[in-house]
Amino acid sequence: MLGYLLRRILAAVPVMGVVALFVFLLLRLTPGDPAAILAGDNATPERLERIRTSLGLNEPLIVQFITWVNKLLHGDLGTSLISNLPVMKMIGQRVEPSISIALCTIILAVMVAVPLGVIAAWKHGTWIDRFVMGLSVLGFSVPVFVVGYILIQVFAIELRWVPVQGFRSIFNGFGPFFERMILPTCALSFIYIALIARMTRAAMLDVLGEDYVRTARAKGINEVAVMMRHALRNAAVPVITVIGTGFALLISGVVVTESVFNIPGIGRLTVDAVLARDYPVIQAMILLTSLIYVVVNLLIDVAYTLLDPRIRY
Amino acid sequence: MTNIILDINNLVVSVGKKPGGPKIIDDISIQVRERETLCLVGESGSGKSVTSLTTMGLLPKGTLVPTAGSIKLVGEELLAATDRRLRQLRATQMAMIFQEPMTALNPVVPVGRQIDEVLRAHTSLDAKARKKRILDMMEQVHLPQVERIFASYPHRLSGGQRQRIMIAMALVLEPKLLIADEPTTALDVTTQKQILTLIRELQRDHGTAVLFITHDMGVVAEIADRVAVMRQGRLVETGPLDTVLRNPTMEYTRNLLSAVPSLVPRAARPETKEPVVLEANELSKVYKERAFFGKGREVVAADKVTLTLRKGRTLGIVGESGSGKSTVARCIVRLIDPTSGGVRLAGREIADISRRLLQPHRQKIQIVFQDPYRSLNPRVTVGESIAEGPINYGVAHTEAMKRARELLELVGLPADAVSRYPHQFSGGQRQRIAIARALALDPDVLVADEAVSALDVSVQAQVLDLLDEIQTRLGIAILFITHDLRVAAQICDEVVVMQHGRVVEQGPAAEVLTHPKQAYTKALLDAAPGRGWDFANFRPVAESVGASA
Repeated sequence: MLGYLLRRILAAVPVMGVVALFVFLLLRLTPGDPAAILAGDNATPERLERIRTSLGLNEPLIVQFITWVNKLLHGDLGTSLISNLPVMKMIGQRVEPSISIALCTIILAVMVAVPLGVIAAWKHGTWIDRFVMGLSVLGFSVPVFVVGYILIQVFAIELRWVPVQGFRSIFNGFGPFFERMILPTCALSFIYIALIARMTRAAMLDVLGEDYVRTARAKGINEVAVMMRHALRNAAVPVITVIGTGFALLISGVVVTESVFNIPGIGRLTVDAVLARDYPVIQAMILLTSLIYVVVNLLIDVAYTLLDPRIRY
Repeated sequence: MTNIILDINNLVVSVGKKPGGPKIIDDISIQVRERETLCLVGESGSGKSVTSLTTMGLLPKGTLVPTAGSIKLVGEELLAATDRRLRQLRATQMAMIFQEPMTALNPVVPVGRQIDEVLRAHTSLDAKARKKRILDMMEQVHLPQVERIFASYPHRLSGGQRQRIMIAMALVLEPKLLIADEPTTALDVTTQKQILTLIRELQRDHGTAVLFITHDMGVVAEIADRVAVMRQGRLVETGPLDTVLRNPTMEYTRNLLSAVPSLVPRAARPETKEPVVLEANELSKVYKERAFFGKGREVVAADKVTLTLRKGRTLGIVGESGSGKSTVARCIVRLIDPTSGGVRLAGREIADISRRLLQPHRQKIQIVFQDPYRSLNPRVTVGESIAEGPINYGVAHTEAMKRARELLELVGLPADAVSRYPHQFSGGQRQRIAIARALALDPDVLVADEAVSALDVSVQAQVLDLLDEIQTRLGIAILFITHDLRVAAQICDEVVVMQHGRVVEQGPAAEVLTHPKQAYTKALLDAAPGRGWDFANFRPVAESVGASA
């Protein structure tokens, strides 16, 4: 197992290398002078020259790349062109809200969706099944911001149970954090509940037709044990895949939610950076997102081997 | 008179809850006593599995419903029992083992824990006592290294070992009734023999009543005390083993027994001087498993196999699963590429020529596969499926379709079947279509890879007759791959016996199957179920030898 993990981590290195190269070339290979692109239309010659030197644009390409990677490895992602702050610091400030939303969403979604899917498959063809499936169609088709605004209207404005918007770090107390996390989490998890419930139901239906489920019933054990111990564990692989990729998509997809609830997360940072052509920030965001994808995929594969003893790499 | 354990009376099972739905089981009455094995025999669709699932209360809810009759287990009515009561009875009073040991165990739970589940659900023993009991039961079913197997996952065990686990799981609480639904059908003959012996032995030790479901008359002859023959949901005939095999009173039973191929090889056809159409020369196939890091693994699936097939003859390759017989067939047809060695087809070496150069030679060798339910494209009409090959070789569409009609008639189907789809035909008919498809290219060699193994005996006999007839008419050479020695004895001129990828013995079928020289061939013949019976003549083989002498 340890050897497998090590091999997988090693295999991730070239992937990240290719991403880094792409991110590096993104700026250098755009037509025209990168410094001019970075500086924008109204730049003074001095500003251009300053950017050129700061990026090392006067050096050969390969030297630039080595320097860039070297800095990267030391945690230096460059300086924002807009705010003049180190990119590392900017992202550092913004990561917590986004990761919090993503984690809360995925936890809530799994806790609600997996039981729903199991029950729907168990009671296949009954009204419970049709109700769950109907709910999931609704979850797919209503946009996040609609759900978000409805939740704000009802729970924050009418009932005044929770604040309308904003974010408090969990390190400043769980209460304020939790209060402000509930609505965005609920809004965002809607579609993931729909997705995971559907997937769980489909996978469970497949597995319930298997011989070993019949064997389990022939043993005279109760239905809950049949469902949980025998069916769900075997249905878990596709469900885990959806949860994993769902989480990775969440990280880059929280931008709407962050806007609706006015949360300072990396989604909004990215959008702002793209609009302002803040290339160092964009580069850092691409690197960060790819890293998350690679790590999540690694975790999914490890989960496979834990769930299914037949899967060995 | 010993106790009646299972008493089924006038049972009717219908489709759907409404009265008047089609009856899957129609008025069946059977009894199984203590220490007795009742074999429920019938072809596919006869309702034997539904009978057993009804008893266990495991019918798919809502689709199949028992509508009349009664099932009593040691006097207790099961059809009126609650779900809860049925759960209590399962594993404690009645237990069941299934056909496919490969899929009947949960792949993600160690087998020991799967047996443990039975004990946890039905007893209040502590962990230590449970484990002791499980290991003891595993010893009883003759599993080796029980401690290691206890912690193993199913995929680490062989088919025979998994079936032993199933049996251990079924009998650990000493139920009064064991229902065995085709428990040896998916196993090799040598393993089958061991499992049958094991069931007998455990039955003797525990006094279990066994309801044994099978389609295989050979197995019936090995294990049954009494036999019940079923057909289309009805009970045809029931009686003691010897009576049913010697003096079947019903026409259907007679036909069923007559269709069982005899292990005594058919009379040898005279040697011919016809040209050799197919030769395999030291054919080998090695599968390499490559590892990302570290050393890969090699599996030798076929090891220097040499064989010769003349025009108009049938050569059988027999062996158990994993013996490499299908690998050889697939290498010869070049569905997979052999690692080394040669294949000469009609005088032309085809083992290592490129796919493109091979194309013109493909039509000289055609293959028929095992499962007629999966080998025909369900969305293409039968006619198009048959005509596709010739059209690929440049025959005009109308011409090819005309030929397809002729071929369908040749294989005993109406010519207007061309415009129908595969799902409109039975398994036997589909296999005829598959044969017609293979014949469409006028091949010199027809490879039949377990082509009759998925068919009921009566259909099997018809398809074997068809192959024989086609061979006589067209002079085609047949390479016949089978695990069934009875089938091999009836169709092959020569036989090649394979084990672990190697040829163990080869020679004329009459010679190899009656006076085998190699220990493995002997063991294989010895394990063939019901070898003591000459079913078609309703008497034991010993008597028929006496009669003819």
